[in-house]
Amino acid sequence: MTYAQNLRCRECSRDYPLAALHVCEFCFGPLEVVYDDDGIKAAVSREAIASRPANLWRYREFLPCDADTAINIGAGFTPLIHAKNLGKALGLPNLYIKNDTANPTWSFKDRVVAIASSRARELGYEKLACASTGNLANSVSAHAAAAGMEAVVVIPNDLEAGKVLGSSIYSPTLVKVAGNYDAVNRLCAELAGTRNWAFVNVNVRPYYAEGSKTLGYEVAEQLGWRAPDHCVVPIASGSLFVKIRKGLNEFAKAGLIDEPQTRMSGAQATGCSPVATAWAEGSMNFRPQRPDTIAKSLAIGNPADGYYSLVQLKDTNGACASVNDDEIVAGMKLLAETEGIFAETAGGVTVASVKQLAAAGRIDPDELVVAFITGAGFKTAEAVADSLGPALEIDATVESFEAAYEDREGVPA
Amino acid sequence: MAVQRLRFTFPTDLIKEPVIYLIGQQFEVITNIRMADVDESTGWVILELEGDTDEIARSVAWAESRGVRVDPITGDVIEG
Repeated sequence: MTYAQNLRCRECSRDYPLAALHVCEFCFGPLEVVYDDDGIKAAVSREAIASRPANLWRYREFLPCDADTAINIGAGFTPLIHAKNLGKALGLPNLYIKNDTANPTWSFKDRVVAIASSRARELGYEKLACASTGNLANSVSAHAAAAGMEAVVVIPNDLEAGKVLGSSIYSPTLVKVAGNYDAVNRLCAELAGTRNWAFVNVNVRPYYAEGSKTLGYEVAEQLGWRAPDHCVVPIASGSLFVKIRKGLNEFAKAGLIDEPQTRMSGAQATGCSPVATAWAEGSMNFRPQRPDTIAKSLAIGNPADGYYSLVQLKDTNGACASVNDDEIVAGMKLLAETEGIFAETAGGVTVASVKQLAAAGRIDPDELVVAFITGAGFKTAEAVADSLGPALEIDATVESFEAAYEDREGVPA
Repeated sequence: MAVQRLRFTFPTDLIKEPVIYLIGQQFEVITNIRMADVDESTGWVILELEGDTDEIARSVAWAESRGVRVDPITGDVIEG
């Protein structure tokens, strides 16, 4: 069962049924799922949640579809680690990493697609679709395969090889589109409006977005049922950024944690930074941008939740950083070298942003900070391949090894 | 016949131009302003365009050629 009651416009509060709707017919505001909060509070307990399998369906009362019949490929409940080495490097002794590279298709998109695909099947859809710069396409392809549904995924034709392969292996209908970002976006909007398919981030977006809340639940549970003091989250559409805080708020409303005082800070790439730019200008209206960054998973020039991200930054006393491509690569390497985590470019954006915000005094060293790493590095290997040290090339003799080892860079002979 | 809802964002130098009127004049498209926020320097309009799909596409291409930015009303459809 689910405690979801209806959809509600975030702007004008009009109610709609739990159908494949995503925008208010009157004011065009986004629709969100509304729940029976009292029912949830009466039903959940820390003990019940902790006793369930280690995936996102352990939070079933807070989700908008039936967990018993859901499409479950094991998304969620990824590691939260105390990043002592990275924290030492950045002057943040209480820094934690939420490592969402550990999801089934190696990104946090498995959370949102788990919910969207399950709800789409409940609504009678047989095809899942999306337009993606990689991670979302991977996850839609995998979930459709597991559910026996058809998948149609549309991607730009200049994606990293790892992200293309990460969809192809599940045998979806893979559509590579030639053309600039705006052209791809326009085509996909038209397809979403004319095909009777479940476009996971369009017509079933209210359910899709709920998946991101589970990151908030997990972090609170993994910290011993408390909210962090400060979260640093990459901002693409802004949905993840907003929903993590919503998850913390819902846990408090259900009596599972104290009222969160969590500050929410954002991380963007300079080459696509509509939210960070508006924030720096003190504006609550962002201007859409044409993306030009190696962080393609964050390359959303006109973010659907951009305005709400700015509101949240303001309401929680957060800050928003933007970092350039060199800083992104340095951030990927720093995370790998200090914590053994190989993140994709978006992770480099997050780590570099934590560094920038800490150096600027926007993160207090005493705060318990959680940085969200949302995708794995092998998907964007091209970004760092040229900046890594070479291997020692030797003959199969001890002498050859010793000569090469003694001469290796940075080690005195 | 199709209906598309699009967000038109106007740069400062187009604020005084009757772009929406001209769309209705030059193309077989019915324009319906659903929401708008326009001041002396910038502005956006959420516009419903009703007509043949190709004619709507031509009218949008014309607006873009004049310097108007045209986006889906819900933000980008493509995601990471």
